[in-house]
Amino acid sequence: MSTYTLSRGIKRTHKPGENPWSVSRMAALLVLAVLAATWLVPFAWAVLTSLKSEADAGASGLTIKPPDGFSFDAYRKVLSAGDIPSWAWNSLITSVAITLITVATSALAGYAFSRVNFKGKRWLYAAIIAAIIIPPQLLIVPLFRQMLAFNLVDTYWGIILPQAFAPAMVLILKRFFDQIPVELEEAARVDGASRLRVFWSIVLPLSRPILAAVAIFVFIGAWNNFLWPFIVTTDAHLMTLPVGLQTVKSAYGLQYAQNMASAILAALPLVVVFLFFQRQIIKGIATTGFGGQ
Amino acid sequence: MSTAGGRLKAKRGETLTGWAFAAPFAVLFGLFLVVPAVYGLYLSFTGETLTGAGSGLVGLSNYADALRDPDMWKSLGNTLWFTLLSTVPLVVLSLALALLVNLGLPGRWLWRLSFFLPYLLASTVVVMFWSWMYNPTLGLINGVLAKFGGAPVAWLQDPKVAMLSVVITTLWWTIGFNFLLYLAALQNIPEQQFEAAAIDGAGKWRQLFSIVIPQLTPTTVLILMLQILASLKVFDQIYMLTNGGPGGKTRSIVQYIYESGFTGYRFGYSSAISYLFFALIVLVSLAQYKLINRRSAA
Repeated sequence: MSTYTLSRGIKRTHKPGENPWSVSRMAALLVLAVLAATWLVPFAWAVLTSLKSEADAGASGLTIKPPDGFSFDAYRKVLSAGDIPSWAWNSLITSVAITLITVATSALAGYAFSRVNFKGKRWLYAAIIAAIIIPPQLLIVPLFRQMLAFNLVDTYWGIILPQAFAPAMVLILKRFFDQIPVELEEAARVDGASRLRVFWSIVLPLSRPILAAVAIFVFIGAWNNFLWPFIVTTDAHLMTLPVGLQTVKSAYGLQYAQNMASAILAALPLVVVFLFFQRQIIKGIATTGFGGQ
Repeated sequence: MSTAGGRLKAKRGETLTGWAFAAPFAVLFGLFLVVPAVYGLYLSFTGETLTGAGSGLVGLSNYADALRDPDMWKSLGNTLWFTLLSTVPLVVLSLALALLVNLGLPGRWLWRLSFFLPYLLASTVVVMFWSWMYNPTLGLINGVLAKFGGAPVAWLQDPKVAMLSVVITTLWWTIGFNFLLYLAALQNIPEQQFEAAAIDGAGKWRQLFSIVIPQLTPTTVLILMLQILASLKVFDQIYMLTNGGPGGKTRSIVQYIYESGFTGYRFGYSSAISYLFFALIVLVSLAQYKLINRRSAA
């Protein structure tokens, strides 16, 4: 076995003529395995705890095999008694809305920056660049007062609107549209197609991969966002998952199994998203460096 | 139509079209970013509170108060301390992990998954996992310590180790992002470079320090910039793990802004601290920008 190709078509893994089973490579493999195992411990520990009875979970730290055995009781309790299903629903509604609005507005604006010469373009562009360094955390007080004035506190729109645009995404899409050959559009324009028509039927279909990447990142960011939904919701029925969980953390107090079951349930959708869109996520980070929290 | 009038009309048409395309974004951007940014600046010059009592312009007194406020300085100090403690391992360890994974050992997808998965979790979930790990009597960490005859540690309650615990959690949570950036950069180093070095008789370590690390400099600069700015804005995990305690030892500047505004209801004061903090962010960004330009000019 001088080379093995990986299913994902990643580059060849070691140089020809190099022994793939050398001592130094095995040492590296061991180090890597130990580190990866360390990284997985908190997950494993949470899963293990969530499958115990409350009595066993609160008994002692290190029992791997609990006297009461394993069961899904904690999950059943959390799903039937708690607010988790409605919080998950709120998270889904708001995250999907944020994603759709952000992708649509960013694509339209990115196209205008890339292709249309309009008055005020440079000025708007400069404003966007400046906005990128403003940490959203700084706007919480004025934004909250604004939402009070608009009567949007404790509403879906109050959660959605301040998160439904992304200057960085406009720039990323503009850069992508810049690379699309103009000739494709010009031919259609000569045939009398409107700008919107060209954008819709020529540019967007060519941009599917980047639009998917942007959508995935916006969705993950919205799904996980804590500070803004935390500030703008006081009504437990409207809370998103991260905010709601924060309130039960203390309420559950000593119910460790249910606590961990809630955390696992909240983590699950994103693990699924990742397994499905692994390549887009990894490529998105690699090519643009966006996705920072 | 190549008359001047025709061209003007086309231009006006272009402007209309451009703004029509940009409008949906521009409206949201204006309403929910520009307006609050300006409104916050105005607030910082007022004595605005929850009831509106004591509102009206107070000039620079909020800023003067903030600069004399020991709690503000303490939070800022904590934030800078956290930034230093978190940035170094988040850069160095992510590079080490990427180099190890790039050796082409079997199980690549598993390594990638292990280190990146936590990055996808919401801060609340991360904190729930780690509060349980750090639990003084039942937590896994003290359990393992006890197995080896160690004394239990009050990870989140002991002022000496609370910040370290926050850093460990942050490292676990966010290293995957930097790791992926490094991994992508490593994949882009051309194979010929190694072959040339190998022909010259450079050993593995020589190759690492004279080829690989220098090639990764742009990536390291990018990661450093993003990391410093991200660490300065820390809030979620500290707020939920320690609530800024014990004794304010881990309170970050964003938490102080939040508390001034939403528990003290001093909207004007909170906005003033926001703008002082923003000035710091701008300074850091400018310094980074200058350093990069100096580097690329050299």
